[in-house]
Order: sequence, then structure tokens, then C-alpha cells
Amino acid sequence: MNVPPPPAPTSDAAVRGERQRAVVAALAAVLPPHALLWQSEDTVPYECDGLTAYRQRPLVVALPETEAQVSGLLRACHALGVPVVARGAGTGLSGGALPNALGVTLALAKFNRIVKLDKASRTAVVQCGVRNLAISEAAAPLGLYYAPDPSSQIACTIGGNVAENAGGVHCLKYGLTLHNVLKVRGFTVEGEAVEFGSDALDAAGLDLLALVVGSEGMLAVITEVTVKLVPKPRLARCIMASFDDIRKAGDAVAAIIAAGIIPAGLEMLDKPMTAAVEDFVHAGYDLDAAAILLCESDGTPEEVAEEIERMRAVLAGSGATRLQVSENEAQRLKFWSGRKNAFPASGRISPDYMCMDSTIPRKRLADILLAIGQMEKKYGLRCCNVFHAGDGNLHPLILFDGADADQLHRAELFGADILETSVAMGGTVTGEHGVGVEKLSSMCVQFSPAELEQMLALKQAFDAAGTLNPGKVIPSLVRCAEYGKMHVKKGLLPFPQLERF
Amino acid sequence: MLRAQGHEEAPAGAWGQVPQAPWGQAVVDAALARLVDQVQTARAANGHLRIVGGATKDFLGNALQGERLDVRPLAGISSYEPTELVVTARAGTSVAELEATLAERGQLLAFEPPRLGPSSTVGGMVAAGLSGPARAVAGSVRDHLLGATLLNGRGEVLSFGGQVMKNVAGYDVSRVLAGSLGILGVICEVSLKVLPAPTASATLRFECDQASALKRLNAWGGEPLPLSASACWNDTLVLRLAGARTAVDAASRQLGGEAIAPAQAAAFWRGLRDQDDEFFVSAAAAIDAGSALWRLGVAQTAAPITLPGEQLVEWGGAQRWLCTSAPAAAVREAAAAAGGHATLYRGGDKRAGAFHPLSAPLARLHRELKRAFDPDRVFNRGRLYAEL
Repeated sequence: MNVPPPPAPTSDAAVRGERQRAVVAALAAVLPPHALLWQSEDTVPYECDGLTAYRQRPLVVALPETEAQVSGLLRACHALGVPVVARGAGTGLSGGALPNALGVTLALAKFNRIVKLDKASRTAVVQCGVRNLAISEAAAPLGLYYAPDPSSQIACTIGGNVAENAGGVHCLKYGLTLHNVLKVRGFTVEGEAVEFGSDALDAAGLDLLALVVGSEGMLAVITEVTVKLVPKPRLARCIMASFDDIRKAGDAVAAIIAAGIIPAGLEMLDKPMTAAVEDFVHAGYDLDAAAILLCESDGTPEEVAEEIERMRAVLAGSGATRLQVSENEAQRLKFWSGRKNAFPASGRISPDYMCMDSTIPRKRLADILLAIGQMEKKYGLRCCNVFHAGDGNLHPLILFDGADADQLHRAELFGADILETSVAMGGTVTGEHGVGVEKLSSMCVQFSPAELEQMLALKQAFDAAGTLNPGKVIPSLVRCAEYGKMHVKKGLLPFPQLERF
Repeated sequence: MLRAQGHEEAPAGAWGQVPQAPWGQAVVDAALARLVDQVQTARAANGHLRIVGGATKDFLGNALQGERLDVRPLAGISSYEPTELVVTARAGTSVAELEATLAERGQLLAFEPPRLGPSSTVGGMVAAGLSGPARAVAGSVRDHLLGATLLNGRGEVLSFGGQVMKNVAGYDVSRVLAGSLGILGVICEVSLKVLPAPTASATLRFECDQASALKRLNAWGGEPLPLSASACWNDTLVLRLAGARTAVDAASRQLGGEAIAPAQAAAFWRGLRDQDDEFFVSAAAAIDAGSALWRLGVAQTAAPITLPGEQLVEWGGAQRWLCTSAPAAAVREAAAAAGGHATLYRGGDKRAGAFHPLSAPLARLHRELKRAFDPDRVFNRGRLYAEL
């Protein structure tokens, strides 16, 4: 967690006003009047995304309704050198859609149409503003669904999912957004129509789809997405297992994988998190457990029966103190209700919380949880932990009171400490929420100056003037120098050795 | 990354193990340093290099240009953590060695990369981006690539991605290396997601023409069946199921067809994967007689391609091999009409380009990306597209 860069010089109201008039005039030529907002009472709702600690009022908000309008807007902004920040539902947790004070927020909410659902090819063509869950709901009559299920899936849009390469609780078995998208259609920063990927499983040339997915709106603006749909499993069952020791729970996760099982979901809650969610959903969680594992199997009834038995044996052998297998769908959903409500439950026990998102190798699970326990003492703040245990993605929720500036500051330091400890353990600063503005400084710890320079060059290849969502994802080298923390070498050679040759 | 085998990741700070200096590390360091040196020398002399591993896929893409840069000295598995489902291997490691190591722990590369010779290397496997019969279900090389260390055209050694499944820190540079044919730089080391081998499998054979095979495959694809691979050639559809024993048995009963004996089935899928199956043997003969072998990536539901010549359909309909003497333009047009693209794979006249032409904005982005990674066009000049 890092304080965002200082806002652009908005204090100069005259300059801002003049620029606003110029941008509004240029956009009025390509957008209908109702699609253009610039009065502050209209633009305030857009001043932040799900990372509410950071706010910035955009110069102008544009709500185009057609691809031609998006293209026209991009052309006009490109000509004026005005930054463009694309935005979906604004549920992102890393400030990826934080507005630019002197830029246009391109709100794509009106692109909310499911263009085509096709049972034979198991694909859906949807506009970028379609909600994640709406795709699965529309596909349900065909016996199909869209697999990635971030916990914001009721509200978040597929365009935002593509921008962040969103995950969810079923990633280990079903993959991330990247693995479930065939093609995206959109526009370059210059407003030129472009398609990445194809209706086939691959496309000619470099795999630019893999670059665009997860690029946080910095390489292109996406307006339409072709997603893969998968058959709904006939059955899903979940095991809830208690452990009296975090290390035993971590070892149980490794033991399941070592047994050759890829669970449909494998989640962990620590004791404080369990207490918080039980108080909220009353699902009968074991409040005495040091850690709870949720382990799900899905497939045909035969397959599930076989897998559940294998999982149960492994969990019991790993020292589970209590084991419950869901007997029906209602009970399965009840098991999950606490995990799915981890964030609101945290909201009830603290005025504010910060959700971190680092990933570590699974084997370091107990180490990081113990380290976080020490950080709680160091920073004088509480932390609850939920964990996509199957793929090593950790979501510590740091509890604080935003009204207290010192608590906010300590929470930021706490967050950065978690991220950087994760990198030191061989992990990464973000597993699925994206870098946005939140983790810019921690990127300096994960990547070397040369690696950051290479990513900046890549950005330039798509956006020479740097006007698409500027200032996100890749920190400048100046910022890294100011941050002053060492880049953690990923086992690479120390460069001085090379200079002997 | 880029550490000798058995060596822990070497993170800094309180959480890392204190790095030992195993003897193997010196060999790795020296091999990498020589590659960097060769790149710097070539760059200074305005020369260019062609990156070579086992040289089993020299035929792929446009003509080779430049001096050899051999990655094979940079070999060996750097780390393997079966319970993390991740293996990290240097580019010169043979695919055979990697797969044997995984097999000892009951794991495999789920995308079934073709081994076009015993000397196939991990670097070449990633750079070529080819996947085998399981691709439609299990995903491609790219889908399993978690991280990579790249030596770029400025002679810099850079690591992207990592060794964890979920990682969205920065642009996903490692994944774009899959299928890049070395034009962005030398792939030095990669981390791959590995998976447990399925506990059971079965192969079924059906007599049916291509059109009805495609219909059946797409209908089955919409059902929760343990499908694993498919192939259709000469009015025969062969289907592989894989997964839990009970699921495979239940699906076999439901789908019918003729069960193929396991040994025969294994030999068939291996031949298909390594492209030395009967279809590819006859294609080789046809190429000698003037035909060309094309690989078409198309929508899975696309109707049969109506060009003359032998066809083999894989990936539930999404990959169509076509051995034909039809003109290139006709093949490319048919692929585009089917929602995809065509690669002139073997034989034929590659002077007009082996790969499908790109749209204007994509061609521009390719040029700019090449410039961003390899500004002096040191690596594999022209191999993917003439201007790169």
C-alpha cells in the first residue's frame, strides 16, 4: 500500500477550467450532450473506485453508447494529448480506475449488452460493461457458465475483469480471466479499431491477447469480449475442515496437491476472520479452529464421490480436528457464505479495512501468516486473513480507522510490509487485484530498474504519448529511487559478475 | 530464477535461506554470461543471431537468418516443487529430461508439447508455442507459462512473471514469449505450471464423416464429460477421456463407440502429439510431391474446410491440418472465413510468409514491440514476419 503520487496541479483553477472547456468542446463534437459530465456534482461519483482511500475528481466524465463514439472520443483526446482512464463498474481494489485530474474518465457502463450466446461453440460475445455474474445467469439455460468468479461478481464488469485479469475462488482448476477469454475487441489509444485473439484457440503472430489481459487499461480500450463458457458441473460438494494449528492447515493444502487432486476450490480462513464471518453469517463455523479449510470437488456424481473420499482421507491424515462434508446444495452454499462475505464481515468489525492481495508459494503459507502476526504487533493494528490456499493468493484485511491519519499511515506501512515480505518469499505483490496506484512502490521491490524500463518500453509500443491511464502499474525509476527499498533479486545473477566477460 | 538444481529460491531478507554456492551455479553463470557476451558482440557489430536449441523446429516459420546462438549450454532444471505444481527449467534443458523428472512424481505438462525429435528443448518448446492433442481442454503452452527470464536485444537479463499461479504484477511479458519464435529475445529460463497425471483414461473410436464428427464434438463439449482429446481423419473419430476412474467409465458407457486397447491408444496419441502419426507420414510424402502442410486454427464449430487434400481435425474442431496443393491465398481465405488463421507449416513456398498476414493495427504493434525489446533486430530476423 503506497500513497499515490501527488495530484497534478489542480490548484491552478484557471488552467483546469480552460482545459476543461477545450476538452468538453472537442468531445461535444463526437458525443451527445447527455453523455458528457463535467459539473463537479456529476463527476464526484467517479472520483474513486473500490480503493476509496484515494480520490481524484476527473476533468470530464464521458459515457459513450456506441463504438463509433468511443473511437471518436479517443481520437479527440489523442489529438489534444488528454489522458483517458477507462472505467467499468468501479469495483477494482487497487485504484486502477482512479481518475486523472486533467483527464477524461471513460465510463463504459452503457456497453451492457450480451451480443451472442452460442451453445455449440460454448462462447458468449458480450459488451465490456456486462456484469460477470450476468454472463453465467444468461448461459444457465444452456447448461453452461463463465468460470472466473471474483467475489465482486454481482457488480464487476467483464471489461474490468479483462483489464485486471481477475481471478476468484475456482482459479486453480478453471484458470484466470486470461484462460477463459478467446478474443477482445477494442480501440488503440489513437481510436483505431483492433482485435486481439480470435474465434480460434490461437491467433497469428505474437500473443497480444495475453498482454492486453491484465494490462489495467494502459494498452487499449476494450469494448467487447468473447468468453469461453464451460459446462456446469452436475454436482459440487464441499468439505469444511478445522485445524488447531496454521502450519498443519498449510501442510494439508500441500498434501492434497501432492495426492494428485486439483480441487475446484481450496480456501482458508484464519481464526480472527472466522470469528468475524461467523458473527455475520451464522454458518456454524468452528470458532475454536486456528484455521479452517474449505475444499470443494465438482464434476459428475461418481467423480465427486471419489474425489471427496480422497480429500477427506488426506485432510484427516493431516490432522484435521473436525471434518464436515456438505450433504446438499444449501449446506454447501452455507459453508461458502462466510468466505464469500469476508469483506463485508470485516467492514462490520472495523471502520475501515485494506485488502492486500499478494501471492506466495503455498509452502510459505504458515510463514507469512506468522509474519503477519508479528506485523500486527509492530504496527499496532489487527489483521484478518482469507486465503485462496489452492493457488497461494493471500488476502489479509488490515483493520484501521481512516479518520485517524496515523492509523491510515500505519495501515499503509503494514500493507507494504506484507507485499514486500511476499516478494522475499518468492511471491508477487498482486495475485488478482492489480497494481493500480496502490502497489506502485512495491513494484520497485519486485522488479529491477531494467525490468521496469522494459515494461515502460512495452507501454510506449502501444501508447507512445502515454495518455492511456497514465501513472498506473509501472512506477517511474525516480519514484523507485525515492522509495529507497532494494529490489529483491529473483535468484538472478548479480550483474557485476557479467561484466568480466 | 537461473539457479542450479536443488538450490532454494534466493530471496533477500529475513525470510530467505542463505544461498549456498553449489558447483552447478558457476556453470550456469558462465553459460549465461557467454550468451550475453554473444548478444553484445553481435549488436556492436550490427550483426544478427538465430537462436537455436535442439534444432527440431528449424522448419517452423520463415527462413532462418544470422549466426547461431546456441542455448543448450544453459541447461538443467533449476527447481521443482511437486506440491507447488511448478517447475523451473533453463532453456537448454531437453523436454525429455523435464518430462521424465515430472513423471517420477506422477506429474506432466498438460499441454502435451510436440517432441519433434529427442533433442527438443524447453526454450524451443516455449518459443514455438505448439501444443498437443490435449490443448482444447487443458490449455496451451502460454496458459501454463508462469514466468520467464529473457535476454533482450540490449543484452539485459530480465525476469517477468514468477513461480506462482496468480500474478498480475505488471505486464504479462512472460506469456507473450510463448509462440514468439525468439523475436523478442532469448528465453533463458521458464517456470511452468504442471499437473498431476489423470488417474484414468480411455480411448473410443467412432466411424463418422468430418461434418458429423464436428457436430458430435461440439455437442459433447457442452456436457460435463471428462473429454481430453479428439482427432478425426478419414471418416474416423477418435476420442480420449481422462480423469477420475468412475467419471471415465461412466462417460465411456454413455458415449458408446469402440474401445481401443490402452497400448494401441497410447501409441496413437503419442504419434499425433509428436507429429509422426500416419497422417503426418503421408503428409511428408505429399510434400515431397509438391503439396504443402498447413495448420489452420479456426472456430471449433466451423464447417469442414472444402479444399482438396487430406485433413486431420484436432482440438474439438479448432485445429485443422490440411495437406494440399491449393494456392496459399485460397487456404488463408478459407481459414479467415472459418474465424481463424492459417500457418504454412511444412513444405510449400514460404517466401510470401509462413504466417497469416496481420491487420494494420496489429502489424504496427508488432513492429513497435520488436523495437521495444530488440531495437537493433538482433534476434531471429524475419522469422515470424519479414519486417520484424
